[in-house]
Formats: sequence, C-alpha cells, structure tokens
Amino acid sequence: MSSQVMTAEKRKSLDENDVILEVTDLKKYFPISAGIVFQRQVGAVRAVDGISFHVVRGETLGLVGESGCGKSTTGRTILQLYRPTEGSVRFEGQELSTMAGNDLRQMRRRMQIIFQDPFASLNPRMTVGSIVSEPLQIHKIYSNKKERQQYVEQLMEKVGLNPYFINRYPHEFSGGQRQRIGIARALALEPSFIVADEPISALDVSIQAQVVNLMEELQDELNLTYLFIAHDLSMVRHICDRVAVMYLGKIVELGPVDEVYDNPQHPYTQALLSAVPVPDPQVEENRQRIIISGDLPSPANPPTGCNFNTRCPVRFDLCFEEPDPPLIEVRPQHYVSCHRVT
Amino acid sequence: MSLLLDVKDLVVRFYTQEGTVYAVNGVSFELEEGETLGIVGESGSGKSVSSLALMGLIPSPPGKVESGTVMFEGRDLLTLKPDQMRLIRGKEIAMIFQDPMTSLNPVLTIGTQITESLKLHEGMNTSQSRKRAADLLDMVGIPDAYRRLDDYPHQFSGGMRQRVMIAMGLSCNPKLLIADEPTTALDVTIQAQIIELVKQLKDEFNMAMIWITHDLGVVAGIADRIQVMYGGRIMESGSSHEVFGDSRHPYTEGLLGSLPRLDSSGEEKLTQIEGSPPDMRNEPVGCPFAPRCDVREELGLEKCWDERPPLETVPAASGDGAHVMSCWADIREGVA
Ligand SMILES: Nc1ncnc2c1ncn2[C@@H]1O[C@H](COP(=O)(O)OP(=O)(O)OP(=O)(O)O)[C@@H](O)[C@H]1O
Ligand SMILES: Nc1ncnc2c1ncn2[C@@H]1O[C@H](COP(=O)(O)OP(=O)(O)O)[C@@H](O)[C@H]1O
Ligand code: SF4
Ligand SMILES: [Mg+2]
Ligand SMILES: [Mg+2]
Repeated sequence: MSSQVMTAEKRKSLDENDVILEVTDLKKYFPISAGIVFQRQVGAVRAVDGISFHVVRGETLGLVGESGCGKSTTGRTILQLYRPTEGSVRFEGQELSTMAGNDLRQMRRRMQIIFQDPFASLNPRMTVGSIVSEPLQIHKIYSNKKERQQYVEQLMEKVGLNPYFINRYPHEFSGGQRQRIGIARALALEPSFIVADEPISALDVSIQAQVVNLMEELQDELNLTYLFIAHDLSMVRHICDRVAVMYLGKIVELGPVDEVYDNPQHPYTQALLSAVPVPDPQVEENRQRIIISGDLPSPANPPTGCNFNTRCPVRFDLCFEEPDPPLIEVRPQHYVSCHRVT
Repeated sequence: MSLLLDVKDLVVRFYTQEGTVYAVNGVSFELEEGETLGIVGESGSGKSVSSLALMGLIPSPPGKVESGTVMFEGRDLLTLKPDQMRLIRGKEIAMIFQDPMTSLNPVLTIGTQITESLKLHEGMNTSQSRKRAADLLDMVGIPDAYRRLDDYPHQFSGGMRQRVMIAMGLSCNPKLLIADEPTTALDVTIQAQIIELVKQLKDEFNMAMIWITHDLGVVAGIADRIQVMYGGRIMESGSSHEVFGDSRHPYTEGLLGSLPRLDSSGEEKLTQIEGSPPDMRNEPVGCPFAPRCDVREELGLEKCWDERPPLETVPAASGDGAHVMSCWADIREGVA
C-alpha cells in the first residue's frame, strides 16, 4: 500500500514507499599504517561506523554533526567513491557495494555530488562549457557537437547562468556563480539523486539563499532527491524534510525536521540545537544553552560504551557498561540512540 | 559610561598589481567603555581591515591608511610611532583572530608564547609569568593547565587553541578586546563554549569588545550595538534590538530576510538578494549597494548611483536616536 504523506515542508507530498536509497549497517574504516619499509596496519579510523537509514524519492534528507563525524565519508561511500568496509547500499533497487565496472559506471549517472568549495572543485583550465559537458562526453551522450552545446546552454539557463558566458573560465565567476556551474554539471546526466556536501558553506550569506532557492526549484521541477550535508542547522531545517544527526561515525537521532528540532531527544542533539545562535536578540536573551564540555574524541579510538559518554551531561552507569544503544523509534518516524531514552 | 574609542572617517586602500582596492571608504564609529559592538558584513566588506587599521596593523605596502583619526583614551592611534603602538597592542588593546593556528607560533610552546607578553608588559620574571600563564589557561577552561604549558600548538584542538588565544589576549587586562571571527572555524558546540567564556570574562574584566563576524546569530547574542558593513562602508548601526527588530536599511532587511530560522519551520521561500557583492577595485561612487537594491529600483532613485548617502539618524526610529543608516530612500516606519 502506498500512502501519501505530507511532510513538514508542505510544498511536497512524498510517497513513503518509494524508497530510492536504502543504507544498512554501513561502515567505512580508513586504515592507519606504520613502518617505513614494511607498512603494517596499526589501527583504523572509524569514519562511518554502522549506520542505517533510507531516503524516499523526492525528499531531502539532512546530515548534520560536528566536523569529522563522518558526514562526507557517508556521502562518498554511498556514491561508491569510497568502497564500504562493510554493509549495504541499495540504490533504485540495486546493490551498489558489490557492483563494479560498467554496471557501476551506469549507476553513477543516476547519482551525482555537489561540493563545498566552488573554487577548488572546478578545473581552472576548462571553460564553463567544457566543465558542464564533460560528463556527457565521458558517457558518450550527444555525438553531435551542436546538439551538445545546445543542451549545455539549456542547463546553464536552468541554473541561472547566462549561456553567453559558455566560453569563460571559472575564475571569471563569483562564488555563487561557480556553485551554479557545479550544479549544472551535476545535472547534466539527469541524475535522480544528488549528494550536496556543504554546498553553501563557502558562500556569502546573501548568496546562500540564491543557491538554496535554486536547489529547491530544481528539486520540484526534476523530482530530485537530495542528501544535504551541512553545518548550518537553521538552513537544514529550512531545506530538509528529515534530518539525521551524526556523532563519531554513528547516527544518534533521525526524524522529520520539525519533530527533531522542536522535540530533540538525544542529549547530543539537544546540546547541538541549543548551541545554534538565532539572529534575534530577544530570543537570545532568554535562551537556555546546554554547554557540553570537551572535544570530539578521535574516531581512531572511540570510547567504549556509548560514543557520547565522554561529553554527555546526563550519562549514567549503563552508558559505560553497555555497547552503543540501538536506534529505537520513540515517536512515529523519530529514532533515537540513547540509554536515557527508552 | 565614557567614550573609549572614537573612529572618524577612516579610509584604507591597497595598491596592488590588479589595481587599487578601496577596502574601507569613510568609516566612523564610537565605543563606550565596557560596551560590546558587533560588526557584521559579508566577506570583503571591510570588517577586518577597519580593525587592523585601528591597531596599526595594515601591511604597508600594499596598504595605506589614507585618512581618518582613531582616538583612544585621548591619543590618536594613527599618529603613534610603531614602538608606542606596540606598547598599546597587547596591553591596552588585545586582538584575537579567526585562525588561532596562524596566530600562534608553531615552534614555540604555549607557555613560552603566553609568558612572553607578561614579561614585556608586566615585567614579570620566569616563574611569576609561568604561574600567571597557568592561571590564565585554567581560567579559560584548559584542564591540567600547568603541565600543558610545555605543549606545542599542534597538540591542542581548534577550540583549545582559541582558548589559548583568549588567555593571551586577556593576559594584561586590556581595556578593549577586538575579536575577528574568533569562532568561525569552530563547530557550534565549541563556539557556544567560547562565547559563554568570553561573555563571562568580559564582565569580570570590564572590557569593551568589538566582535567581528558574518554570522548575525552570533552578534544577536553578545552585542549591545550592531554595525552592518557593505562595500567598505557602514550601512546601518544601532542597538541590537533596533537593528534586528526595526531594521530600515534595504541591505540589512535583505540579509535578515534571506536567513532561515532555527526556531520556526521553514515553509516560506527565502527572500534572496540578487546579484553578488561588489568588486572592491571599483572606486566607490554613490551607494555601494545600489546595483543590488530593490528599494532603489522600486522608487526609481537615480541619486543612489552617483551620490553617496550620508550616515544619518533613522527617521521615526523606535529607540534613542543612536540608530543611524546610510540610504537615500525615505524609509519611515519600515515602509519606503
Ligand atoms: N581518506 C581518508 N583517509 C583517512 N581518514 C579519513 C579519510 N577521509 C576522512 N577521514 C577521517 O574520517 C573521519 C570522518 O571524516 P569526514 O570527512 O567524513 O567528516 P565530516 O563529517 O564530513 O567533517 P567536516 O564537517 O569537517 O566536513 C575524520 O576523522 C577524518 O579525518
Ligand atoms: N593585504 C591586502 N592586500 C590587498 N587587498 C586586501 C588586503 N587585505 C584586505 N584586502 C581587501 O580589502 C577588502 C576588505 O577586506 P577585509 O576587511 O579583510 O574584509 P572582511 O570584511 O571580510 O574582513 C577586500 O576587498 C580585500 O580583498
Ligand atoms: S541609497 Fe539607494 S541604493 Fe543605497 S540602499 Fe538606499 S535606496 Fe538602496
Ligand atoms: Mg565533510
Ligand atoms: Mg575578515
């Protein structure tokens, strides 16, 4: 049975049963080696340490958490830019973790990535036209040069770039325009799923809204699905339907944005949200902040017991004795991993 | 309260190979003793250059302070000799920067770096200054402070390095602390720790503070007054309640409208400011915001292009008259 679910973002109605991406027990460990002549593995960075979630077609799932908690690694491992250490990634019904060669190349057309830094991610020696059309050439779409150029011009228009600039180089564009070039390139192969890895973090405040509005318009028009990785929790609330909060390689809380933001259950989510400043002095005067002490532990040497037990303001015996608490559903669609929340 | 700092008509330019950069184009502001001023604006709007200028830290060449006065406790800082200025820097005015790694010396221990300034400004000997340095690190929340004096900066996390910078900044009891994006490189949970710490220390030390950021949320929580910069000029300035609650300048309005809110579900489309920030190599004539301003367009104001709007008291402002802005549009009661 397919149920029509209205999400928090009222402009969309999503079919809950149309799962485009299913991630199960995904792990990505990076080996730490030592030795000069004979390299031997002495440990591992547990960048992603057993995460499970799904994404529904047309939705935007936010992935948030502190620097180094494994967000980008999650995105890249889903796209098979890193091969998983363990676990499964099913995309449009097919298992990607065991897929290789031409099959994988074909699947990759359906999944694209937009990067944080529009300055570093574009080849400075290529014109906008060749940057945007490169994926088309790699996949040998449009043998006719004229048709290809027309298509590239259409793409440029779609992302709000004047096609007149097709022969210009990236350095001739502003940050926001460069991010538009990155988006046009990502759209060239008509993907259904896009990992946006901090797409607006490097942009000026007045440009961020332009790019976010563009991403929302393109989503509506092309029925795109986004995994939106971000630091800016206010923007995540605005653009996402659901949000997953990561801490040290694991998902600690997952649910519809309004539900998680208005009623956070995990002590880390509570601290994280309370730390975000709101541009309103009246609100700030009455804010209760939960200040958590200390820094993120090293993912090469995570604590035993619950990952958050070194900083948690409400920890108790169980948090040190038991292994990680499982993600349990506390309210419809709202999942939390914490011994305090049962 | 009495006036601590009085900046008038500051103009700073950089003469580079790609042309003249008009970085700061006539900036004037005041700061009372114990007051916190938040300077906000996008990257390149002249926030850092204005504060570097008043500390006498503009690299020259290529930079040059073309005109202006910076009165601090009865002296014009811009006329002081380098060694007179060095005595004020660190002692009377301290500065902390965005990236503590570049402002800490990587080959000197944390202890050496803190004690250096204590020896210079306070005339302490080695054991006195080490004791005081450990107290300072302890005060900014670094555990096991005495032992960590012999660590190097790379052995500290980003948040801890910023704490060290704050400890160094406060070591000589400055009257004014200038913090230039001190939390921009940090995660929000660490940012919250640092802001909490600075607020508490500011009260303890009764310092005045200038907090520079592009994050309007951060200044909403700490600043008494806000100054919004664009294109090397001040667009609007007033108490934070007025600038956030009763903003009048088209740029401030646009900026606030383009920000999503943590505390409300984001169903409405964000209003966006069209276009992009100005190229600072163009000689400023008129209002720097003119190319992107929808109020100018609606009202068909031609003046905005070639006459510079003065910084004047906002008509019918809700507060005490200290709410000023630079705009040709006759904006009353929030309607143009
Ligand atoms: N190629 C790699 N080799 C070894 N370690 C890596 C590699 N890529 C990432 N890591 C480590 O894995 C962990 C997770 O990194 P990741 O880049 O996924 O974090 P992130 O959440 O995206 O952080 P940020 O917010 O800073 O972008 C970090 O400890 C990082 O140092
Ligand atoms: N050392 C320098 N040489 C040349 N131009 C500079 C230098 N420092 C700053 N600028 C320019 O001055 C303008 C204002 O810069 P800045 O005050 O650093 O901006 P922000 O508001 O981001 O702190 C920018 O256009 C910047 O590129
Ligand atoms: S002076 Fe003119 S261009 Fe500048 S903000 Fe006011 S109306 Fe807009
Ligand atoms: Mg990342
Ligand atoms: Mg700056």
